[in-house]
Amino acid sequence: MVSQMQTEVPEIGAGGLARFAWRQLTSMRTALILLMMLGLAAIPGSLLPQRPQNPMAVRQYFLDQPGVARWIDMAGGFDVYASSWFSAIYILLFISLIGCVLPRTFEHFKAMRALPPVTPKNLERLEAHSAFVGDGNDLERAEKWLRKNHFRLRIQDGSISAEKGYVRESGNLLFHLSLILILIGVSVGSLFGMKGSAIITTGERFINLATSYDSIDYGKLTNETSLNTFSIKLNKFVGTYDPITNIPLDYSAFVTTIDELGNKRDQVIKVNSPLTFGTSRVYLQANGYSPFVTVRDEIGNVTFQGAVPFLPQDTNLRSIGSIKVPEATPQLGFVSSFVPTYERDPQLGAISVYPLLLEPKLLFSIWEGDLGLDTGIPQSIYKIDTSSMTRIALDSLAPGKSYSFKGGSITFEKVEPWINLQIVRDPGKSYSLIGGILALLGLLASLFGRRRRIWIKVDASGRAEVAGLAKTNAAALEEEMVCFVSAIKGEK
Amino acid sequence: MGVFALSFFAHAFETAWAVKVPAEGSNARTMDYTKADKAARIATALMLLGFILLLVGVIARGLSNGHVPWGNMYEFSITGALTFTGAYLVALRKYDLRWLGLFISLAVLLTLGTAITLLYRDSAPLVPALKSTWLVIHVIAAIISGGVFLLSNVIAGAYLYLDSRERAGGRPAWATRLPSLEVLDQLSYRLVAFVFPLWTFAVIAGAIWAESAWGRYWGWDPKETWAFITWVAYAAYLHARVTVGWKGRRAAWLCLFAGSTFLFNYVYVNVWGTGKHTYSGL
Repeated sequence: MVSQMQTEVPEIGAGGLARFAWRQLTSMRTALILLMMLGLAAIPGSLLPQRPQNPMAVRQYFLDQPGVARWIDMAGGFDVYASSWFSAIYILLFISLIGCVLPRTFEHFKAMRALPPVTPKNLERLEAHSAFVGDGNDLERAEKWLRKNHFRLRIQDGSISAEKGYVRESGNLLFHLSLILILIGVSVGSLFGMKGSAIITTGERFINLATSYDSIDYGKLTNETSLNTFSIKLNKFVGTYDPITNIPLDYSAFVTTIDELGNKRDQVIKVNSPLTFGTSRVYLQANGYSPFVTVRDEIGNVTFQGAVPFLPQDTNLRSIGSIKVPEATPQLGFVSSFVPTYERDPQLGAISVYPLLLEPKLLFSIWEGDLGLDTGIPQSIYKIDTSSMTRIALDSLAPGKSYSFKGGSITFEKVEPWINLQIVRDPGKSYSLIGGILALLGLLASLFGRRRRIWIKVDASGRAEVAGLAKTNAAALEEEMVCFVSAIKGEK
Repeated sequence: MGVFALSFFAHAFETAWAVKVPAEGSNARTMDYTKADKAARIATALMLLGFILLLVGVIARGLSNGHVPWGNMYEFSITGALTFTGAYLVALRKYDLRWLGLFISLAVLLTLGTAITLLYRDSAPLVPALKSTWLVIHVIAAIISGGVFLLSNVIAGAYLYLDSRERAGGRPAWATRLPSLEVLDQLSYRLVAFVFPLWTFAVIAGAIWAESAWGRYWGWDPKETWAFITWVAYAAYLHARVTVGWKGRRAAWLCLFAGSTFLFNYVYVNVWGTGKHTYSGL
């Protein structure tokens, strides 16, 4: 669609090389090659695991094939869409696009203001030519018809030139300019946006501060000072499941929110309906269970109390987790799993057969020794490094029950659902959306618009001649010319 | 369940029909003109009947589900076969494409066969992430685009085959009635030009939905990546044709390449993919 772009620049000695490079880059052929390259370059990213989407799979790849993985990593293969070569292709493509589209836009504006070209001498050579004897008022009727059909006219002595269908080129340019707008939206989003997630258990409150997040990533030009103030308290979480297939039907998190202005509201977050606070949106991303436990020492002093989020392992929410008690001497660790609906499988042991709390059970083994929290190596909150610990007991508990072991006791008070909130701020997305919509409109106009010219000439003897010229779809022009001629002849 | 059984019968009947058409169609190629025309007409009537039955089947599946029948790959496949047949029937009103019936019916038969034997799943409610009006909008746009892309691919394939035969001396006897190479070339281009905006719309609708369901409008999920690749490939195809003036063989090959990226997206990403577009049970 981007055609005839060879802007004819006269050869000037100095700077000739730069000019040459620029002309090469903005040529149609280069743009096409870059476009194809962009498509091809996107392929490896869908075949190899990608760090931003699936860091675990990348780690696994490194473990399985360390040699190959190192090479792939050096080539940016685990983060294709942020790699230098992928960026190089699309930046070149967009420079080429801008170099192509901007001059054309100016030309198009000029062309739109200009009058249609003067009627050529020999209309016979053009398409859809016909001649007939008129009655002297042919030009008037022709003008009326052309105006009614929104043609641009140049009235001359004894003839009219008319042109229509600039929408094709306008659409074409709009489409390409909109693509640039989308790219701007993407850039603004990645420079000024942020994305983070946090787990909150029922009854807890999330306050939008950097320290409330479990993980948070900022765009390159923004930081924690950009977080707007709001808070979300989780009152209740309801998961609904199909009783036969156990497939989830609905997740609803009932929350009380306080926004920047201090307005308090009760709202519901669902999977497809996030909350909005200014430019930030809050999504319901995952859910699970947090057993609420109290650990006491030999003489009954509380060494740990609180809700511990467990990580779901399957669709029936069998979850694993760890309760770490660094306050106890020696330190204690409970390597645990939790099942909402307990069942004993001969091979697998304790399993869950339904995702709701029908027969909740907390299973754990108690370890004594050094939790390794002071080594400075970051630890998973769901796992315990038991390499310098010894196992002292093994048991399972229903809610409300306690278990005593040598050195203390553990009470499984109750269990509450937790939800994982994803908080995203993307200030660029409205640009991208507008860009997308405009691109679509431009595309439609450029694919279905027809640019054509029509001429009519009446000579002194009263002989009228009409002809047209279509840049695309000559068949449609023929039909239009038939209408035109019959309108001139006065046939309805 | 009753409605669902009806849907299954419709599919079985549909399959029986699809087996019949190639038989009728291939007859048409070798017979003399009058007989061939009659056979072709019967074949088209059967195709229309099949389309209606399939439509009923898809609607029945939707009723039995209680939601639009686009929750898993079985449902996508039967709907895809439906729009593919529909695209053919609509194009038939304007162009004489009956010679294509043989390939079309074979392709539909294969799709439905795969759907019923390998991909079949009981009707099931939707998982929460799919509960959105965008499911209807995004998926219908994607499925229609897919049907038309594939039709244009079949025509491009026919073009390449006939072109090579003509170069080698002449068309085989059965193909003498097919339209000229120029018509095939134009038709395959027009189909793409017509449906490319729809595909663009499908991608944009998907992005809007992704924004509300996953918190980002574009995340290079495998499905998104391949949709993007398909989009880029067809954009390159349109540019190559309109501005560089590619025609004939080169254009047909590019068209086939672009179409294969779509198919790859459908088959590979659904079956072996790991992205967010994979929902339980394919």
